[in-house]
Amino acid sequence: MKRRKFFDFLLGGAALGTFISLFYPVLRYLIPPPSKEEEVQRTKAASVGELTPNTGKIFRFGSIPALLVFTADGTYKAFSAICTHLTCTVGFDSQTQTILCPCHNGRFDLEGRVISGPPPRPLDPLEVEISGEEIFVYRKRG
Amino acid sequence: MKPWGNQNLLRNNKQETSELSLRPKKGQKFLLYLAERFSWQAIVDLAKKKTVPEHPYSFWTYFGGLCLFLFVIQVITGLLLLLYYVPSIDRAHESIIYIMGQVKFGWLIRSVHSWTANILIGVIFVHMFSTFLLKAYRPPREITWITGFFLLLIFMAFGFSGYLLPWNELSFFATRVGTDILGQIPLIGRALKSFVLGGQEISGATLSRFYWFHIAVLPCLAFLFLGIHLYLIQVQGISRPIGVKPEKIREIPFFPDFFLRDAVIWSLVLALIGVLCVFFPWEIGKKADPFAPTPLGIRPEWYFTFMFTTLKLVPSHILGLEGEKIILLIFALGGLFWMLVPFWDRKAYRDQNNPVTTAIGVAVILYISIMTLITYLFPRL
Repeated sequence: MKRRKFFDFLLGGAALGTFISLFYPVLRYLIPPPSKEEEVQRTKAASVGELTPNTGKIFRFGSIPALLVFTADGTYKAFSAICTHLTCTVGFDSQTQTILCPCHNGRFDLEGRVISGPPPRPLDPLEVEISGEEIFVYRKRG
Repeated sequence: MKPWGNQNLLRNNKQETSELSLRPKKGQKFLLYLAERFSWQAIVDLAKKKTVPEHPYSFWTYFGGLCLFLFVIQVITGLLLLLYYVPSIDRAHESIIYIMGQVKFGWLIRSVHSWTANILIGVIFVHMFSTFLLKAYRPPREITWITGFFLLLIFMAFGFSGYLLPWNELSFFATRVGTDILGQIPLIGRALKSFVLGGQEISGATLSRFYWFHIAVLPCLAFLFLGIHLYLIQVQGISRPIGVKPEKIREIPFFPDFFLRDAVIWSLVLALIGVLCVFFPWEIGKKADPFAPTPLGIRPEWYFTFMFTTLKLVPSHILGLEGEKIILLIFALGGLFWMLVPFWDRKAYRDQNNPVTTAIGVAVILYISIMTLITYLFPRL
C-alpha cells in the first residue's frame, strides 16, 4: 500500500469513527427508554351492584383500557378495550348488545368475536372473579 | 478597491441615485449606504428581468405563491401561540382554553392558525393536481416535483402533529389510529411507533415529541425543501403547458404584474380566513381521557378522511392477509408511483400529451373526493 493511500484510509476511518461516535449517542437518545410500569395481572374493575344489566364500563388495566360488561342475562364479561383493528378504545352498545369500535365501525359479540367491520381478530379476553362485594379482572396465565 | 464592495455595483447604485436627483436626499443617502454594504443591486437586477409566462392555464400557477403566503401566516401565528401554549398533558388543554378565552385576540390567532392549516393543505392539493395534469413535472423539473411531493407529506405531518397538541378527545383517538398505522409497517413499524410515541402508549412523552416535531423538526425540513423547491423554480422558470401554441404564450414581468395579481389573491384568501375565524372560531373540544371509550362520530382532519373511510370499508381479510395491511401497502406504493411520475411518463418527457397519465390523475382526484364526501355524508357507514 502506498503511503498516500494508507493516510487516506486512516483519515477516512477517523472521519467515519468520529461520525459514528457523534451519531450513536443521538440515535440512542431518540429511542425512548423502556417503560418501568409493571404489567398488571389482576385489578379491581367495579363493585357488585355498580353496573345494571346490559351495561358496560371502561376501567384501567395497567397501562391499557379494559371493558367490563354486565350482560342482560346477568353474567360479567371482560376484554381488553383495545380494538384489534387500529387500537381505538371499544365501548359497549346496549341497544344491540354488542361491543362497538366507533373509529371504523368494527363490531364484536359478547364473546369478543368479530361480527362485522374491519377488525382482523377477536378482542383479547380477560377473566372475571367476584370476591365478596368486589369484581376483579385478571389475565389468564399461559 | 474597498474590501467590502463591488465597484461596478457601487457605480451602478450611484448612477441610479444620480438619475433620481442630482443631490441625493437623506433617505436615498441611507439607501445608498445600505446598497454599498449589501450589494443588493444584483438581486434588484434579477427581479427586474424576471418574467412569467402567461397562457390559458396561468390561473393554476397562482396556487404555488398562495401556498407560500399561507405558510408565512402559519409561521407567524405559530410563533405567537408558543407564548401561551404549554406542552404537558396536565396543562395543554387548559392552555388552549386560556388562549381562546382569556388572552386578548387569542381566539383569533389560534383560529387563524387552525383554519389556515386546513386551507393550506387544500391549496397544496390543488397545486399538486394542477401541476400533475399540466405535466409540469417533466424534465428538467423532476426534482421540483419530488420536493413538492415531500412538502405535501411534511405539511400533512404538520397537521397530524398539530392536531394532538390541544389534547382533546378527537385528536387523542386520531393520533392513536394514525400511530398504529405506522406500527403496521413491516420490520421497522414497532420501533418507529415507539419512537414517535415515546413509548408503547400515547402519554406525556407523545405530546412532547409531537410538539418537538411540530415546532422544530418539521419547520427545519419545510424550510429545507421549500428552499430547494423555490430555488429550482427560480433557476428553471415556470413550466409551459404541453400543446399550447407559442403565440398564445406571452411573458409578463414578475414585478409588478404577476406579484400584484398574487397580492390580490392573497388579500382575498386572508379576508376569507378572517370571516371563517369570526363566524366559526376553531373548537376546543373535550379534554382527552385515555381511559374513556372512543366517542361516536370520530374522524381525522378532512385530508386524511379518504384513507380513514377506505380503512373502514375494507374487509378484515383479503386473500388471507389482514385487510388494513393490504390497503396501507397499496397507499404506500401508490404514493411512490405518484412521486416518480416524471420518470415513467415517457410521453411527457418528449413534450407529448399522455392521456393515460391524465386519466390516472383524474381517477385519483375522483377517488379522494368521493371518499372524503362519503366520510361526511354517511358517517355511520
